[in-house]
Amino acid sequence: MRMRISRHHTQALAKGVIWVAAFSTLVVMFWILYQVLREGLPRLHFEFFLQAPRQMGRAGGISSTIIGTIALTIVAIVIATPLGVGTAIFLREYTRESRVSRVIRFGTDCLAGVPSIIFGLFGFVFFVIFLGLGWSILSGGLTLATMILPTIICTAEEAIKAVPYTYREASFALGGTRWQTIRKMVLPNALPGILTGLLLGVGRSVGETAAVILTAGSSFITPGSLFSPIRTMAVHFYILAREGISMEMAYATGAALILLILAINMAANWLMYRYVHRA
Amino acid sequence: MFREKVLEKSFLLIALSSISILALIAFFIFQQGIPLMWKVGPNSFLLGDRWFPSKESFGIFPMIVGSFWVTLGSLVVGVPLGVACAIFLCELTPPAIAMVLRPMIQLLAAIPSVIYGFWGLIVLVPIIRDSLGGPGLSILAGSLVLGIMILPTIISIAEDSLRALPRSYKEGALSLGATHWQTIWRVLLPAARSGIASSVILGMGRAIGETMAMIMILGNAAQMPHSILDSARTLTTNIGIEMGYASGDHRQALFATGVVLFFIIMALNSLALFLSRRRRA
Repeated sequence: MRMRISRHHTQALAKGVIWVAAFSTLVVMFWILYQVLREGLPRLHFEFFLQAPRQMGRAGGISSTIIGTIALTIVAIVIATPLGVGTAIFLREYTRESRVSRVIRFGTDCLAGVPSIIFGLFGFVFFVIFLGLGWSILSGGLTLATMILPTIICTAEEAIKAVPYTYREASFALGGTRWQTIRKMVLPNALPGILTGLLLGVGRSVGETAAVILTAGSSFITPGSLFSPIRTMAVHFYILAREGISMEMAYATGAALILLILAINMAANWLMYRYVHRA
Repeated sequence: MFREKVLEKSFLLIALSSISILALIAFFIFQQGIPLMWKVGPNSFLLGDRWFPSKESFGIFPMIVGSFWVTLGSLVVGVPLGVACAIFLCELTPPAIAMVLRPMIQLLAAIPSVIYGFWGLIVLVPIIRDSLGGPGLSILAGSLVLGIMILPTIISIAEDSLRALPRSYKEGALSLGATHWQTIWRVLLPAARSGIASSVILGMGRAIGETMAMIMILGNAAQMPHSILDSARTLTTNIGIEMGYASGDHRQALFATGVVLFFIIMALNSLALFLSRRRRA
């Protein structure tokens, strides 16, 4: 009888500890968001988004860093999407498990684990110096593209895998070629999943600092071309906070960054949710 | 038919992009870093404890030690918390609530590392300075923040491996009269251990690779840390701080630091892949 009571006590205690652990994880997350938003949100005005930074970021707004963030992200997505989706198509539609596919998967898994500072070093020596692109939107965007490629490959592959095989059989039975089947049946049905992966890639690009600062520079002058150096919002936030230039501006920039990340993440989740429920 | 063949070959070419990028990264980082490592001598580069780039003295041992302590600290914080959250999501909460909580935990992965660093700097660092003494910018602060940052990795992979277990394990244990907790502790966790181990290793990889947050909270002193309240420098922050102005041998020494980091990460990745492959088999 004593034994029985004690193991139920153990269970209650253990479950209590787990509840506390899960609850504190959520508390810490909300604490982080709250800390920045509480100080930052009141400082977000229209002018803040529309004016360029002045006096090293002590005054003015963040318009040029918004442009920088968008430009960099577009380059990264435009480069990484065809490579990532193409890889996923090859892995799912053109090959079975084979030595080639194992090598590709190994490369993707390893690439996913490489730290962003290593991508930064690589981007610096390869794009900035070796290819002579300088600190520019192009160098930064290409570096980010290599960084988000594994994410896009994985999500696209999952999405393509989730398209029922009967769809392909129906298309083949009607005389469709492999490419017609992929283009007319597989890709349209996998689109929401692929878009989710792209959004996750956008989120990573927007939040990245280490790789960007080494390849796109940190100039906050509004960029004129793909070869101009830029500063993204995340880099701007980092410089303001670390060099103690202006805590007010750092908070405001951080709040804008968090809102953007929240929006991207919510869109990705919404897509994922819809997609999971339709399939 | 010809068109189909061309398409197939071009998809193969595209699909080789990720492995070629990995090869390019390795090639360029090694090409920049290895010569200096030979010049200094691998022994005095890896085990030297003096880093004075202006005096041509490149020893990264303090950074290796710094990375080691910060990573270990982050695991002490992150592993129990992460595994507890995974158990919570799988076993203790109804699926409907888990579906709401999961995106929130994924949000932890989406928060940029500079935001984590900033939070550590303005919240944790003053608390540690006031209550425990020292500069506040310390291994302790870094470990706490990193422990939170690796949670999403640990939670999602540990949860997947718990979910992948056959239902019969749980049913068998419960029908033998075990309590729910005994089932979790004695049956489910041991059965999922290789998946949990690979989640820990991948979390470790993330911790070792983190840069910006660590620059903001570790204090960056390039010397051997003696306690968890000391400031420290990791392999990544060494690169991140000095890359902006380094040139010549100094810059190459930073690439050599990158080479060491690259080897550590590749070893961890391979170990995680090996573990997850064994799980699948």
